[in-house]
Amino acid sequence: MITDIYYVIPEIFLSLSLMFLLLLGVFKKEGSTIVYNLSLVFLIISIPLILNVPSNNTTLIFNDSYKIDYLSNFVKTLIIISTIFVLLTSSQYLKSIKIFNIEYPILILSSILGMMVMVSSNDLIVFYIGLELQSLALYVLASFNRDNILSSESGLKYFVLSALSSGLLLYGCSLVYGFSSSTNFSQIGFNYDQSIQGITFGMVFILVGLAFKISAVPFHMWAPDVYQGSPTSVTLFFAILPKIAALTVFIRFLYSPFLELIDQWQSIIIFLSIASMLFGAVAAIGQKNLKRLAAYSSISHMGYALAGLTTGTNQGIQSSILYISIYLVMNLALFSCILMLKKNNKYHESIEDLSGLSRNHPLLAFSLLVVLFSLAGIPPLAGFFAKFYVFAAVIEQSMFFLAIVGLMSTVVAAFYYLRIIKIIYFDKEAEKFDTDHNLGLKISLTITTILILIYFIYPNSLIDFVSKINLV
Amino acid sequence: MIDIGIGHYLTLAAIIFLIGVVGIFLNRKNIIVILMSIELILLAVNINLVSFSIFMNDISGQIFTLFILTVAAAEAAIGLAIIVVYYRNSGTIRVEEIEKLKG
Repeated sequence: MITDIYYVIPEIFLSLSLMFLLLLGVFKKEGSTIVYNLSLVFLIISIPLILNVPSNNTTLIFNDSYKIDYLSNFVKTLIIISTIFVLLTSSQYLKSIKIFNIEYPILILSSILGMMVMVSSNDLIVFYIGLELQSLALYVLASFNRDNILSSESGLKYFVLSALSSGLLLYGCSLVYGFSSSTNFSQIGFNYDQSIQGITFGMVFILVGLAFKISAVPFHMWAPDVYQGSPTSVTLFFAILPKIAALTVFIRFLYSPFLELIDQWQSIIIFLSIASMLFGAVAAIGQKNLKRLAAYSSISHMGYALAGLTTGTNQGIQSSILYISIYLVMNLALFSCILMLKKNNKYHESIEDLSGLSRNHPLLAFSLLVVLFSLAGIPPLAGFFAKFYVFAAVIEQSMFFLAIVGLMSTVVAAFYYLRIIKIIYFDKEAEKFDTDHNLGLKISLTITTILILIYFIYPNSLIDFVSKINLV
Repeated sequence: MIDIGIGHYLTLAAIIFLIGVVGIFLNRKNIIVILMSIELILLAVNINLVSFSIFMNDISGQIFTLFILTVAAAEAAIGLAIIVVYYRNSGTIRVEEIEKLKG
């Protein structure tokens, strides 16, 4: 029992460090810079701690309620690395809109602690605690700019809809518990009885709750409003981290307790995936705000990620994880670009502001070009390979309808990405933006753009990592 | 006298759950009512879990309920705080007037 502790050292380290930072922030006046830098240091330290946890075979600890395997370690590393990038990019933005407070890194740390618990949960109770730890911090983050009416409204909307989805999910959990007489994922799959409809009912509720969290259509209505209203750095956080965690939880649910029910959930996931791909592509066309556009684009990207999960094979899971990894790199790059659109200490987020960007800021325009082409899925950029793997896995299972709809919605989505590129390169130039960006922002934009550009040279480097995920 | 079995408890929980969900969507007046509806949903879940736990002689359902109660308290606190922040900015918490973000 005591040896179980060694497997959760990263989580323990993160929770201790966030409590330490909280105390430091309370007792030290003007301590936001030091708390911010220390949180970065703690995050960097936790990467080797995660990699140190043995993950070659699946280990169940704490009475089988916590699962350490390759998937959990991979996703945890992904979460920590992207959080480091989020913190690096956001400091200047927070300072200029005067919300550079100690709470920001602490809330982010506690929410990723919740995500780490979520992705390795093997029990309904553990999963629920992780989910709530994550979402409670996210509610506060959405309304972090509390003197701004848009930010507080987005916090309010996110709170109401997310609490509702947690309620639906819990109702599903209670039904699953009642009809399988266990809260443990492995036991639920084991006790499953074909003749009882209760578990199917509970599973649908759980899937609806999770679909809310990754903003899959028809449970997407909060995403555009929340993305637009929250501070941009928080939007970046929303756009990548909860999605990775929730998608992993999707995998945990579908492939461990509910694997027997694949006939029932397959059609649900196919519907969610097709609806998200199509709706995200069509609804983004009329958008004028870049953050709103990012929301619709993330909805359609979630559709592609879900398409991989419909297959019920290892290849499908691997392609989904690959998709979400590449998606987070692309979104980091996109939001780094949005965070650079600053004029006289005021941030601009409308698409018209990009007009003629190529003449004043050729480098920024080039990275936006790369990112948008990659989001549209144009070879040889990373976004193309992400879609390619997903569709390869889908076609392998001869689900041609899903693949055809997906490819068609890529074409529709390409329209609005290309429209932005046209505005950047061919419209008449507007006023210059400021160029005094801080180092973190520049570094993260450079790294992510280079990753997107050169991914096709070494595609195997990422595939090698992902191909070790074998759940079925 | 009728015997009260698990079906009755589940029906009660389902009714309370439905009242909660409908309360969120039909409510046009006040956000506080939405907060109360969320509490109702969580309470319905608790009824479900406790009755399952009693009828199956399995303690983990009641443990789950305790966790849900604490989390629900934290959630209500954060929700009220966000409502206060919103009220300070806009001067209203009427649901139909929350429409600054649109598109």
